Amino acid sequence: MGYHCVVCVKQVPDTKGITGEAMRDDGTVNRAALPAIFNPEDLNALETALAIRDGHGGTVTVVTMGLPKASDVLRESLFRGADRAVLVTDRRAAGSDTLATSYILACAVRRLEADIVLCGRQAIDGDTAQVGPQLAEKLSFTLVTYLEQLLELRGRTLRARRNLGHGWEIVETQLPVLATVLDTANTPRPPAARRVMKFKKARCRSEVEQAVGRELAAAGDEEKAAEAARRCGALAERGLLIEQWNLDDVGADLAWCGFKGSPTKVHRVQSIVLAGGAYREYPASDPGVAQLVRELIEDHTIG
Amino acid sequence: MIDVNRRGEVWVFAEQEGGALAEVSLELLGKGRELADTLGVPLGAVLLTAADGETGAARLGQYGADKVYLVEHDLLRHYQTAPYARAVCELVSAWSPQVVLYGATALGRDLAPTVASALKCGLTADCTDLQIGDHTPPGSKELQKNLLLQIRPAFGGSIIATIVNYDRWPQMATVREGVMVMPQPDGRRRAMLVRHAAAFDGFRPPLAVLESERRAKKVNLKAARVIVAGGAGVGDKASFRLIWELANCLGGAVGASRAAIDLGFVDKDHQVGQTGTTVRPALYIACGISGAVQHRAGMEESAKILAINTDPSAPIFGVAHYGIVGDLRVVIPKLIRAVRSGAKAEQLGEPLAPPAAEAGGARG
Repeated sequence: MGYHCVVCVKQVPDTKGITGEAMRDDGTVNRAALPAIFNPEDLNALETALAIRDGHGGTVTVVTMGLPKASDVLRESLFRGADRAVLVTDRRAAGSDTLATSYILACAVRRLEADIVLCGRQAIDGDTAQVGPQLAEKLSFTLVTYLEQLLELRGRTLRARRNLGHGWEIVETQLPVLATVLDTANTPRPPAARRVMKFKKARCRSEVEQAVGRELAAAGDEEKAAEAARRCGALAERGLLIEQWNLDDVGADLAWCGFKGSPTKVHRVQSIVLAGGAYREYPASDPGVAQLVRELIEDHTIG
Repeated sequence: MIDVNRRGEVWVFAEQEGGALAEVSLELLGKGRELADTLGVPLGAVLLTAADGETGAARLGQYGADKVYLVEHDLLRHYQTAPYARAVCELVSAWSPQVVLYGATALGRDLAPTVASALKCGLTADCTDLQIGDHTPPGSKELQKNLLLQIRPAFGGSIIATIVNYDRWPQMATVREGVMVMPQPDGRRRAMLVRHAAAFDGFRPPLAVLESERRAKKVNLKAARVIVAGGAGVGDKASFRLIWELANCLGGAVGASRAAIDLGFVDKDHQVGQTGTTVRPALYIACGISGAVQHRAGMEESAKILAINTDPSAPIFGVAHYGIVGDLRVVIPKLIRAVRSGAKAEQLGEPLAPPAAEAGGARG
């Protein structure tokens, strides 16, 4: 018995940390300067999966789509208890909007055994909350958005409480299910020290190749390839090679991937300029505050 | 997937909350009317309801719809993703609208992506503005005329992106509550009713709702004339009492930044910002709020903004009309005293010299 859970996670720029250092002189945000973090609600999705495994047995597989650097969030998942980690990475996936992303993820999830797919409700970079529902539709899994509490899992029946913001509901459905998880659902467990020791050396193939490229800069391509293959083999033997799939590996039809597979296109991007507000400053003294209040009353803003 | 159809209608999904039309849907009819008029096409509203349901179709007409596409079925009594998505997909496939708009509510953000995935069309989330305009795809000389420009904040609100969707239609977007202006209803307007019998034969809903409760929002930030909002800078829950006191004394409502909610100072209903409520009161007083872009996105349209913060370089001052650099624990009690004696302002003592500083762009 037990359930196979697949958790879809994303590495995102920490938009909460938009402070001085990430600001350019012209007042716009330098996104490259933002630290990359584990999307917060994806940690709640991971915790939900780990709790299911704790209670019922089964497996937890974490999948992310992104650049090789996104392996950071896979390592983090391994630290916290995931059994298996898969990176879907491919230059041809660049420019994917939510529709193309959900298509690619669906192709990947179909290659895994999944009774339950868990996603964070939304990612903090785009805040769209679209990939979860779109993935459910593509997989023909029953969609349960805004999961706040998994009440019961018995056989193939799942009962959960959804928080709708203006109320809640308790739903019951049959697996397979895709749920999007809220930050209020649980407190993610911290990384386990022993697992950190073990998995901090875990790497995906592209990361190994990048390291070899740096370290053996003078070597020929063949030598580099041989060294990368040797290192990947050594990592795999110790269970430290993060699986890396490209679009061919997941059997994706390229017509539905990347820029070409994305119906939404960016027409224009404007940076928000933070500087430039001309405001009247009043001293934090009794007369200063009184003067402000008087002006607000005089122009009928208050009173 | 439907073909690009330049004569297609503009549609608004008419969401219902406890049997009544959601405000955001009525707001969208106002914007939808404008878009439809620009394009010279009719405005349609999509209403899904139980067979014996109170339809609300007449109201949709009064708020601007030319047509109401009505699907009645017992499976549509309460919202559920699968039957609702199925009905919307059927309607879209049958009538090929060029634009479909949804409120960015819990329901809309569940339904719209499901429909988009099934129709393999584009969807832009949480738009704050919609316009009609032209776009030339990069690497192409072909001008795409009269597209829906879908304008939304991204990267936590640090950028505003305009999204278009020119080759796979319909053009769909969800729109945040409170950002479009509520239109004035016209009691004489009537919409044409188009009934559609959805094919639910053999369809079994995959999910059962065992229990549910809906609660009215405890605070109505959208209706407040004055909002006093606190952020992380308030320090602790006990000090947040000052925010309540100032709001009470101004007859206003209490708002909060995401940080204050996360710290447990106040309930989530009070959240102003990108993931909370968008407000535009006559006066917004931001106390101890640094002014993260996410927060500013939800309040910068306020008529007057007063920022109180110890940090003169806090970004909130960049959108403020009035600023007090100081500790809110000192400033708010002074403000309360000044407001209480406001009517007798001239008795407060010597009138103050012109404001100490005229702060400009240097602070930002």
